Amino acid sequence: MKRFAELLETLVLTPSRNAKIAAMARYFQTTPDPDRGFALAAITRDLTLSNLKAGALRQLAMARVDPELFLMSYDYVGDLAETISLIWPHPGEADSSSTLQGVADFITGIESRPKVDVANHLAALLDSATPAERWAMIKLATGGLRVGVSARLAKTALADYGGQDLAEIEKIWHGLEPPYTELFAWLDGRAAAPRIQPGRTFHPMMLSNPIDEARDFDRLDAADYQAEWKWDGIRVQLVFDGESRRIFSRTGDDVSAAFPDLVAALHGHAVLDGELLVGQDFQPLAFNSLQQRLNRKTPAKTHLRDLPAFVRVYDMLFDGDEDLRDLPLSARRRRLEQWMREYAGDRLDLSEILPFDDWEDLARLRLEGAEIHGYEGLMIKGRQSPYVAGRPKGPWFKWKRDPRMIDTVMMYAQRGHGRRSSFYSDFTFGIWRGNEIVPVGKAYSGFTDDELRDLDKWVRANTTNRFGPVREVEKRLVVELAFDSAHDSPRHKSGIALRFPRINRIRWDKPADEADNIETVRALVD
Amino acid sequence: MLATPQTIAIMKQRYGAHCAGSFQELEFGTPLVDGPVTITLFPAGHILGSAQVRLAYRGRVAVVTGDYKTHADSTAQNFELVPCDLFVTEATFGLPVFQHPDPRQEISRLLASVQAEPERCHVIGAYALGKAQRVIRLIREAGHDAPIFLHGAQEKLCAYYASQGINLGNLQKALDRDKASFPGHIVIAPPSALRDRWSRRLPDPVVCQASGWMTIKQRAKQSGVELPLVISDHADWNELTDTITATGADTIWVTHGREDALVHWCRSRGLQAEPLYMQGREEDAGE
Repeated sequence: MKRFAELLETLVLTPSRNAKIAAMARYFQTTPDPDRGFALAAITRDLTLSNLKAGALRQLAMARVDPELFLMSYDYVGDLAETISLIWPHPGEADSSSTLQGVADFITGIESRPKVDVANHLAALLDSATPAERWAMIKLATGGLRVGVSARLAKTALADYGGQDLAEIEKIWHGLEPPYTELFAWLDGRAAAPRIQPGRTFHPMMLSNPIDEARDFDRLDAADYQAEWKWDGIRVQLVFDGESRRIFSRTGDDVSAAFPDLVAALHGHAVLDGELLVGQDFQPLAFNSLQQRLNRKTPAKTHLRDLPAFVRVYDMLFDGDEDLRDLPLSARRRRLEQWMREYAGDRLDLSEILPFDDWEDLARLRLEGAEIHGYEGLMIKGRQSPYVAGRPKGPWFKWKRDPRMIDTVMMYAQRGHGRRSSFYSDFTFGIWRGNEIVPVGKAYSGFTDDELRDLDKWVRANTTNRFGPVREVEKRLVVELAFDSAHDSPRHKSGIALRFPRINRIRWDKPADEADNIETVRALVD
Repeated sequence: MLATPQTIAIMKQRYGAHCAGSFQELEFGTPLVDGPVTITLFPAGHILGSAQVRLAYRGRVAVVTGDYKTHADSTAQNFELVPCDLFVTEATFGLPVFQHPDPRQEISRLLASVQAEPERCHVIGAYALGKAQRVIRLIREAGHDAPIFLHGAQEKLCAYYASQGINLGNLQKALDRDKASFPGHIVIAPPSALRDRWSRRLPDPVVCQASGWMTIKQRAKQSGVELPLVISDHADWNELTDTITATGADTIWVTHGREDALVHWCRSRGLQAEPLYMQGREEDAGE
């Protein structure tokens, strides 16, 4: 555990990407199986301990420290694992790290116990550890390391360590499971690359970049690109081989259970990429409706009836076990169209390719789509592009419709987490309804580090009330919010919810009574 | 200005000989009678010469700590516990997450890193008054006697500490060095210089900072610190609460930092406690 704790600390504090890669590679080299595999899973967030939840840990700590002091501390530190590791009563200078288990034993020790014994078991381990080890153990136990390392960076370290291509690791990654002994055997040169079943595994998706209107259109030839509507649903990958049928989200989470209607309609053997939407006869309803079906373990009957799920399919990764990803998009599209003719059924619908002559023509389409149909924007994809995992620069673009803007008034502020712990960086904004200001949305982004410092200072100087970690502020700072769309929402006091609200500009100059009112915002509801 | 001789000497050095209208020296433990009030200074253990003030008035005793710590420090007079009725305490680290480790352990991490990365230099951000000298002493006590390079802002106070019998070993000006002489060495600079042009002369430095705030990893990360050293001039949570109990005071005023938590703790133990908000102090200032 000591070595893993040191690794985490290095990863948090080392600013250099290369030094992080080197630290991980060194750890893989000097740590035996299965410890290194579980450590890797923790870093890539592929490790979840089902026997222990963050809430139980919090209780464990609150049984040892005054709960109020615990909450004040948590508010200050901004990270549960770190708060617990620091606040845990130190039994003097105990350095018994030599007796502490490795990562794998720690995990088995938790997962193999009856649930009722887990808390006491963990408490005993925490008692015998240093703060750094406690931090590492709690991070392991709760997942979500927040050490500034993406799964991709960890895989880059693996590639470095084993002298293999990152793309090869990405291709098989989702077919493997912790502690990845086969993978390490391959990287150590003791075995061939692990084989996976493509019809059962999530394959990392290809993502697009926002188009830079000022620069990209001048250098790109419209004839090399195809355009489709950008749908306002969730991106999914359909993976099915006749026996197994699964729906994965963009991050590789299996969301099949929430959409049994769609799962039942998947026939044949393929891996498809598309947008999950809800609605009758392939007519998508607003994102709000889809949201009612997300995050549910099983769907309600009424939802199955009124909000049937379907997928607007736009790409094909595998046809049977044949990997199409190296083919150009135009060829994949032909294969997809052929496949759809035979297997589409009533829940899969081809995403239409929009004809256009040049970029100006496409700009007109985009405006029309937004104004008349409320479409989110366009996807622009290179006809020659192979399907590459990640977000390569160049082949795929999204061109969203222009954001909506409203002037709002800051109402509440809360401290951020992680890199922003200690800064008031999470804000609630409101708009006028008659003589009162009602909340319309929260925003956490869109400002520079300097602006964050200014906002933080402003919040501290203008606090009128405190509710636990939340500060109410004087209703006089106007902030221009940008957002993608507005929807009806009974859960918000204003009756309106904003999609992806972010701070566009801080209007230090503008008086609060000139902020927008509910009528103006209501007019923007799709 | 009433203060210990060392405090007055330090003030004059930092702010000029005429920074106060008049100076009156008062040695530790010597009572000064001023009308009905008797004033006595006792060591606060914060830095060289730092004092707590004991005020006795008609049988009641108040003690104002200023900044203090109770852990031993060979660059400052050891903290003396002064029994009192009213205790006015600082609370810079007044949250139970602050439990400072043994500073010797922090220095051994530093020296291990110096040894592990001989091609880089280690630059430690440490305030010029008190912290710099303490870090240097700790390094010397750990047996490291190679020259230590100083930022210009550190020189005068180090010289003053040395004149007071605190042996800081071989100190040299960083300014005169060319890049090639830094690898494998320790440099001490004010924290502000770490992110300034000044540090560009250092070859690929490991940025360290000696401060109680370094307890919180995200704080260290925010300030671009690669090797945080939890070495503090201020009492940690346990020192604060132990001291409050040991003074026997029934009334506690809390200032300079996390007043809320310490006030809550005092009240939960049946003590009368009030926060004493001071003008002009920003949260997280100092150290």
